Amino acid sequence: MDSYDASESTPRQSTSSRPEDYFIGATFLQKRLESVRKQTSFIPTPPRRKIPHCSQLQEDVDPQKVAFLLHKQWTLYSLTPLYKFSYCNLKEYSRLLNAFIVAEKQKGLAVEVGEDLNIKVIFSTLLGIKGTQKDPEAFLVQILSKSQLPSENREGKVLWTGWFCCIFGDSVLETVSEDFTCLPLFLANGAESNTAIIGTWFQKTFDCYFSPLAINAFNLSWMAAMWTACKMDHYVATTEFLWSVPCSPQSLDISYAIHPEDAKALWDSVHKTPGEVTQEEVDLFMDCLYSHFHRHFKIHLSATRLIRVSTSVASAHTDGKIKVSLNNLVK
Amino acid sequence: MSVLRPLDKLPSLNTATILLVGTEDALLQQLADSMLKEDCASELKVHLAKSLPLPSSVNRPRIDLIVFVVNLHSKYSLQNTEESLHHVDASFFLGKVCFLATGAGRESHCSIHRHTVVRLAHSYQSPLLYCDLEVEGFRATMAQRLVRMLQICAGHVPGVSALNLLSLLRSSEGPSLEDM
Repeated sequence: MDSYDASESTPRQSTSSRPEDYFIGATFLQKRLESVRKQTSFIPTPPRRKIPHCSQLQEDVDPQKVAFLLHKQWTLYSLTPLYKFSYCNLKEYSRLLNAFIVAEKQKGLAVEVGEDLNIKVIFSTLLGIKGTQKDPEAFLVQILSKSQLPSENREGKVLWTGWFCCIFGDSVLETVSEDFTCLPLFLANGAESNTAIIGTWFQKTFDCYFSPLAINAFNLSWMAAMWTACKMDHYVATTEFLWSVPCSPQSLDISYAIHPEDAKALWDSVHKTPGEVTQEEVDLFMDCLYSHFHRHFKIHLSATRLIRVSTSVASAHTDGKIKVSLNNLVK
Repeated sequence: MSVLRPLDKLPSLNTATILLVGTEDALLQQLADSMLKEDCASELKVHLAKSLPLPSSVNRPRIDLIVFVVNLHSKYSLQNTEESLHHVDASFFLGKVCFLATGAGRESHCSIHRHTVVRLAHSYQSPLLYCDLEVEGFRATMAQRLVRMLQICAGHVPGVSALNLLSLLRSSEGPSLEDM
């Protein structure tokens, strides 16, 4: 999402031309403009983030379904609200999408009926994957390959998985009107061509738009701090960070691996308030790592760009790829 | 003990000097070149520094405007700026200091939240400008703007002083910034 903006930082208050002067009644759009304008008059930095309690959702979550979401690399996309999407029509959607995929795949081919075309599309809801009760239900789309032999009626191999969810979307849900279902996060695993085809179908059917979600270094450092903060009985992987040094002609990558228990000990010494994580704590945590590295190698890691964070809990890459390894965390 | 003071030297005739402080050498150089290309009635001098304090051995003219360039992609540049600010005398902040944040256009590369810089500029009561110095067009516009500000700070524009300009820039900010 590259948008070049060279304007001054201070928000301009146009008291003379209010949107109310141009609209006749209090339309939905006007209310939305009002709320957007109100937001621009204060600094909306989240200096603290609460570690949310997922306890009320744990009962709804089907452990079997959630289990297969782990240990896979998901590519993230950001999605605009879906128009006239209904959870009752999932079977209908499966059929339509199946037909669409078959049609798309047949476009390029001459006469052939290959293995690819024996696919089955399944839409299903994922209960419990949400932040608060107000969030819409998450749902899952899977492409399975059907086996050729009619006698074997088994489920084939999963070729592609994608799921849509909305976690703690309170601020966005307020501005969304009735006909729209707001599921802003889309995660996909599988062949890129399938992702593209399915994306096209969703865009045509529900008038939404997908865009790849990049995670910037600022957010990655927050993720690193919050994942290190998780209490774990035993650690399966080392905590690893990867930085990209912006130098020409080729960029250099610096990888820094820490024993997870040491990282946890560092976090515990930095963390003050229970149940909440503040910006200062995250900055201090990262600064400790940077200064330790500087002391040994005389390289200022703070001048480089963090591109990958990997902990026992989960890992994330700046291009928008994440992998969750731990069951307790449904986020 | 080299704290920069605004009035410790006599001004030279028809000369305006700007000091650009920042860790990104290439960007500062490009900005300096753009500024020197501008049409200006006064003689412009552009000094570049990685950080303050400046070496006291060099004989330099009176500095009229200091611009701290912060690269939003690198935390190091923010830390460098924060440390350099300690070597500037308080009377400089009466309109002769300005912050320039670069790199906001590429959101995916940002390591610092934009509002950290906003808070920094607010705590030093100085204007904050945004410009992607890597883009030629924006850099030229920003150079023009800085040259105008520099002329005012050097006192070459009759009727407007640096403090005047500062209060004009600040009146466009929302009232809620004051309770930060």
